[in-house]
Amino acid sequence: MIPGAFDYHAPASLEEALSLLSANVDDAKVLAGGQSLLPLMKLRLAKPEVIIDIGGLAELNYIREDGDHIAIGALATYTDLAESELILDRCPLLAQAAVVVGDVQVRNRGTVGGGLAHADPAEDLPAAVLALDAEIKAAGPDGERWIPASEFFITMLTTSLMPEELLTEIRVPARDGYKSSYQKASRQAAGFAIVGVATCLKESADGTCEDIAIGVTGVGDVAYRAEQVEAALRGRKLDDSAIAGAAALVTGGVDPIEDVNATPTYRAHLARVYVERTIQAARAE
Amino acid sequence: MKQTVRVTVNGRLYEEEVEPRQLLSYFLRETIGLTGTHIGCIIGECGACTVQVNGTLVKSCLMFAVQANGKEVTTIEGLAEGDALHPVQEAFINNYGFQCGYCTPGMIMAADSLLKKNPNPSEEEIREGLAGNLCMCTGYVQIVAAVKEAAGQVDNG
Repeated sequence: MIPGAFDYHAPASLEEALSLLSANVDDAKVLAGGQSLLPLMKLRLAKPEVIIDIGGLAELNYIREDGDHIAIGALATYTDLAESELILDRCPLLAQAAVVVGDVQVRNRGTVGGGLAHADPAEDLPAAVLALDAEIKAAGPDGERWIPASEFFITMLTTSLMPEELLTEIRVPARDGYKSSYQKASRQAAGFAIVGVATCLKESADGTCEDIAIGVTGVGDVAYRAEQVEAALRGRKLDDSAIAGAAALVTGGVDPIEDVNATPTYRAHLARVYVERTIQAARAE
Repeated sequence: MKQTVRVTVNGRLYEEEVEPRQLLSYFLRETIGLTGTHIGCIIGECGACTVQVNGTLVKSCLMFAVQANGKEVTTIEGLAEGDALHPVQEAFINNYGFQCGYCTPGMIMAADSLLKKNPNPSEEEIREGLAGNLCMCTGYVQIVAAVKEAAGQVDNG
């Protein structure tokens, strides 16, 4: 359980981090909170020759209002997200997902940027980030670009970040007037999501669904938007039978994965149940 | 190539040459000899190695020692003041909050951190606050009782 040896760099600026990354692009891993990377290194599933520790870059550690968006620096921790008044007020779905990531210790060290870039298929936050139509900023040697969350997660442990790029910010539109809920099924406290569903909706006074967005994690090899469920509910009265009928569409077009925790059939069942639960919980907010 | 780290542990500054791959847990136990911090699973699941870094609860096996450079670490050895045990330590003794004792240092660090943030937690909040710390003897009932007793006695200033 000792990681392989590596050369360690702790750049003093984002610029320095980017040039180190470009210079070592085949051998380097970027270290932020380390809550995913260190276990992989100890199991020798990852053996980077160079570690670029961006953990000290204060310029990447913030949560702030940016017009009608909330801007979250890559180094904000899950605890920061869960406790931020701004997040709780303007897009609480992020806090609802962050507060059930791992345990206290992991939430204190684990970073939003690191978690998203790692793209574990059972990670909680991608469901919320997808449901909120977040954008992800990637900085590279040729400057910055914005990647919509819908184009960010490619497959298991794979994102659309280029090897020489760093994830620097997540930008989330404020969801004033929306209600939301994130819920996950896991085998034990602090467990990974077998299924996690993030739902964000807006309903009119008579209970008609004006808008709904549902992000699903843990089911397929990558988090996704349950677009068929959304389409079935948009403009409809949110009564129990409409919700149940729509929830059954959650795995449409998706192959649920099989692992030690759940069969594909059980995962699909859980996904349907959790879609219903999060819609009902959001409405009851 | 070795790196120099300067880490303050329990109020004392240490300057050491370490391999970058050295985990903070091994730095504490082997480099500076503070063996109160225990190593259990070493993959970040059991919480036995829990310490506080700049006042924040972390697992020291999920952190390289070089990441603690310039920071302040508090371990189980740093809680008592002289012969006077910390209120959480007293409460663990009063309630038999340990069986084999292996998880105890991490449990106490986690309980202290929880009570600094939330001086009077509910039972559910205590269990959630300690979710990252496993007791393989399953002595959770007494541990939760100890944290309840210590509630309100931890200086959160």
